[in-house]
Formats: sequence, C-alpha cells, structure tokens
Amino acid sequence: MTRATSPFYVTLIYLFFYIPIIVLIAYSFNNAQYSLLWHGFSLRWYQELFTDADLWVSVWHSLLLGVLSATIATALGGLAAVSLYRYKFFGRNFLYALIFILILSPEIVMGISMLILFNLINVRLGFWTLLFAHITFCMPFVVVTVYSRMVSFDKYIFEAAKDLGATDGVIFNKIILPLLWPALLAGWLLSFTLSLDDVITSYFVAGPDFEILPLKIYSMVRLGVKPEINALCSVMFIVTLLMVMLSQFMLRKKP
Amino acid sequence: MKNDSTFKLFSLSIVWVWLLFFSLVPYGLVIIASLLSHSENNLIQLPFTIKNYIDVNNIIYLRILEKSFYLAGLCTLICLVLGYPFAYIIARMKSSFKGLLILLIIIPFWTSSLIRTYSMIAILKSKGIINSFLMGIGLIHTPLPLIFNNTAVLIGLVYNLLPFMVLPLLTNIERLDNRLIDAARDLGANRLTTFRKIILPLTMPGIIAGCILVFLPAMTIFYIPDLLGGAKSVLAGNLIQNQFLISQNWPFGSAISIVLALLLAMLLLIYWKSTRGKKERDLL
Repeated sequence: MTRATSPFYVTLIYLFFYIPIIVLIAYSFNNAQYSLLWHGFSLRWYQELFTDADLWVSVWHSLLLGVLSATIATALGGLAAVSLYRYKFFGRNFLYALIFILILSPEIVMGISMLILFNLINVRLGFWTLLFAHITFCMPFVVVTVYSRMVSFDKYIFEAAKDLGATDGVIFNKIILPLLWPALLAGWLLSFTLSLDDVITSYFVAGPDFEILPLKIYSMVRLGVKPEINALCSVMFIVTLLMVMLSQFMLRKKP
Repeated sequence: MKNDSTFKLFSLSIVWVWLLFFSLVPYGLVIIASLLSHSENNLIQLPFTIKNYIDVNNIIYLRILEKSFYLAGLCTLICLVLGYPFAYIIARMKSSFKGLLILLIIIPFWTSSLIRTYSMIAILKSKGIINSFLMGIGLIHTPLPLIFNNTAVLIGLVYNLLPFMVLPLLTNIERLDNRLIDAARDLGANRLTTFRKIILPLTMPGIIAGCILVFLPAMTIFYIPDLLGGAKSVLAGNLIQNQFLISQNWPFGSAISIVLALLLAMLLLIYWKSTRGKKERDLL
C-alpha cells in the first residue's frame, strides 16, 4: 500500500464502522414513523422512550444485574489473578487453561450448560440464574485484565515487603490493591458492559419475572424497526462511549 | 506463616468452588445430557444412548454445520483481508492521532453487537439507505435483495466481528522490530519478499488470534442470522437455540453443541501449539 492510498483506506474502514451508528442516531431525531426521508427534527421518539414504563423496568433490572455481577466478578477475578500471579499451587496450569477456555468457548455452550444446571437443581429462572451466569462469563475477562497488569509489576516489591515482615493479607491490602485499582476498575467496567450487552447467555437463563434490557431490545427488534428503538440504541451508544473513554483513561494512567 | 496460608486458602478455594460449580459441572452436564434420551414429558431422561450423535449425522444437520463453517470461514477471510492492512497502517503510524484512532476501533468493539446489527437493517433493507441511494441516482430501478439472505448475514457478521480481528493484529504488529524490515530491504529484498519472509511470519500469532476471535463467535451468534437472514439462513447457533427453546429436545441440542465444541477445540489446539510459550497468548 502506498503512502497516498493508505489514509483513504483507513477512512473507508472507519466509515464502515461508524456509518450505521451515525444513521441510527440521525433517524432517532426524524419526525416520521416509517419514512427514511427527513421530515424535520423531532424529540418525539425520545419522549415516547422516556414514558415507556415497561422499558424502564427492564433498564433498572439490567443496571442492577450489571452492577452486582461486575462487582462480584471483579472480586472473584481479582483474587484469581492475584493467586495465579503470586502462588505456585496444584492445578495452577489447569486453572489458567480453564479461564482461557471460558473466554474462548462459544457463549451459546455456556448458556445451555447453565440452563441444564439450573434445571437439574430446580432453580427458577430469573434474577439469581442471570446473576450467576453473568458473574461466570465476566470473571475470566477480569482475570485477564488484572493478570496482564500484574505482569508489569516489580517482583522485588513483594520480596521487600515480606522481608519487612508483612503477611500475605497485609501485602494484598497495602501493596497489591493500591497498585491494581486501575486494572480492577477497568475490569469492572468491562464486566459491566459485557453484562449490560449480553444476549446469548441471558437468552437461555432468563425467566419471565425478570426482564432485562438486551432481551427486551431483541424482542422489539424482531417485531420490526421502530424509531423508538433508534432513540434507545442512541442513548445506549452514548453511555457506552462514555464508559469506554473512562476505562481507557483508567488504564492509561500510571500510578 | 499461618496468616499467609489462610489468605492463600481463602482466595484459591473461593475461585475453585465457583469455577467448579458454574463451569466444570455445567459443561459436564452438557456431555451427560447429550448421551441421554428425550420424551414428550421429560426434557431429559434415562436410558443412556448414542442416538443423538447418530441423529447429528443427518444430511440436513450436516448441511447446516457445513454452511456455518463456510460462512464463518468466509467472514474470517474477509475480516483478515480488510483488517490486516488497516491494522498495519494504524500500528505503524507515528501521528499524534494514533491513540484516538485506536480508541475509535475499541468503541465498536465494546458497543452492543445487537444494536449494531439492528442498525444494519436500516442500511440494508429494500427501502434502506443503500437501495434508496442507488435508486435515487438512477443506477438501479428495483431494490437490490440485500437483506434476509446469506449475504446480509455475512455483511452483519463482518461488521460485528471486524474489531476482534483488528485488535490482536494491532498489538502484534506494534511489537514488530523495524530493524528486521530495514535489514531485509538493505539485503536487497523487495517489498513483497520482505512481507512474505519477515512481516508475515512475525505477525502470524496475531493473525491466528484474530481468526479465532472472529471464527468462533461467527459460528454461534444466533441473533445475526435471526435478524438479517431469511428462512434459509439457519446457522449452527440457531440450530442449537431451536433444539433448546422450540423443539425442547435438550439431549439432541447438547449433542450438536458437543460436536461443534469438538470441531472448534481442534482449531484452538492448533492455536495453542503455534503460540507455545509466547506472550501473544494473552488475547485481550
């Protein structure tokens, strides 16, 4: 590729990435139900969106689920990453491989495996099944984020702390946590986004009592294109955009 | 020293218990379920049988698996061809915009893929952007059939999965040592030879990681064929989904998943071998 064509090519790919999103946002302001022609600027669809009570219940459910599963997944994933980094123990390679497999295994397999498990132990599908499933698929991503951060640590810090009489608990509280918090926060944000966006696993473990946003959008989208969904998707895109920028900021900032 | 082992024991046991109960046990259950029978009254029941695996070996299901592999493979190839030059240009850029450009790749990677698939409908449908534009300038008179077929599924898959190809490639190409390329050029290699003998082998881990990250989800994201495809666009993911939630034949659905997982595991094994002992294994 020559010097002249490469900016052109890069621009084309970015257009491919962003044109659908821009179109979506533009049409959310269009004052027409079905037409693709511009009928003037309108906030009508946003008004309809903000008065749809059912939808807001599912938004609240998704946020609750996202915060809880991201928090628990970050705690578990953080402990797993610290253990993998600090200790030699029986089954360490197995644990490493298991986390790797969890990241790469198709989501649909995790969905059906959880469905079979919950069916076997007779748990009613709903909030708890979603929570357990979301924690499980978020955790490996936290482990990877935190572990790759720990690899850049100076190992002598731990030796120095040990020489000065610190126990593992003290090392964890006084050294590991302060150094790791940007990675933990990035892991939390990644988990939160994954949980908020998940369709496939949730599809299998969700019940009728606890409706969440992605599944609600999925059922709305299957019925056809509605400008109200354009408005909803635009709001979600802006929220994700802010979260990505926040997490990038957290990761870049060196302690 | 007692405190040390308490902390170690605490963190290890909580992690192990969770993973055992919520990933190893359920995955084991899928294997067991695939070997059981199914009836009108029970989702899963005894006796043990290998009937489900014999049923997978049916021309209808094999066709669907074959088509899934074909579409996923084609999608991976298109992502690689589009993504490699793109990642290469961005990775070797010295501009101060580079950080921003990388952030612009990460944003679609993090945005809900359902939403991005939905936005494709507005572009591809018969009165959508592309058709309206082409008819507006008088290039075509009837709308092109861009949606509710395999082409739409392919476009949707590429659009959704391209960032998964670009990001590992970007990390890999950024680590490329410039001196090796300069040395090759000094020794008289032309651009093509330099690419073939130096750049390509060194970026192979990134290529393989990207291909895996695209190929695996492409097989099973069932909502893309569901939204963009037509009645004939059933892929492996849709097949499993149907067995679980519509036909209610869990053992057969499990058997299809196991067959699929084994096929995909073979691909992963190749990846594992090719990056043995290298840092590139950390995909994200």
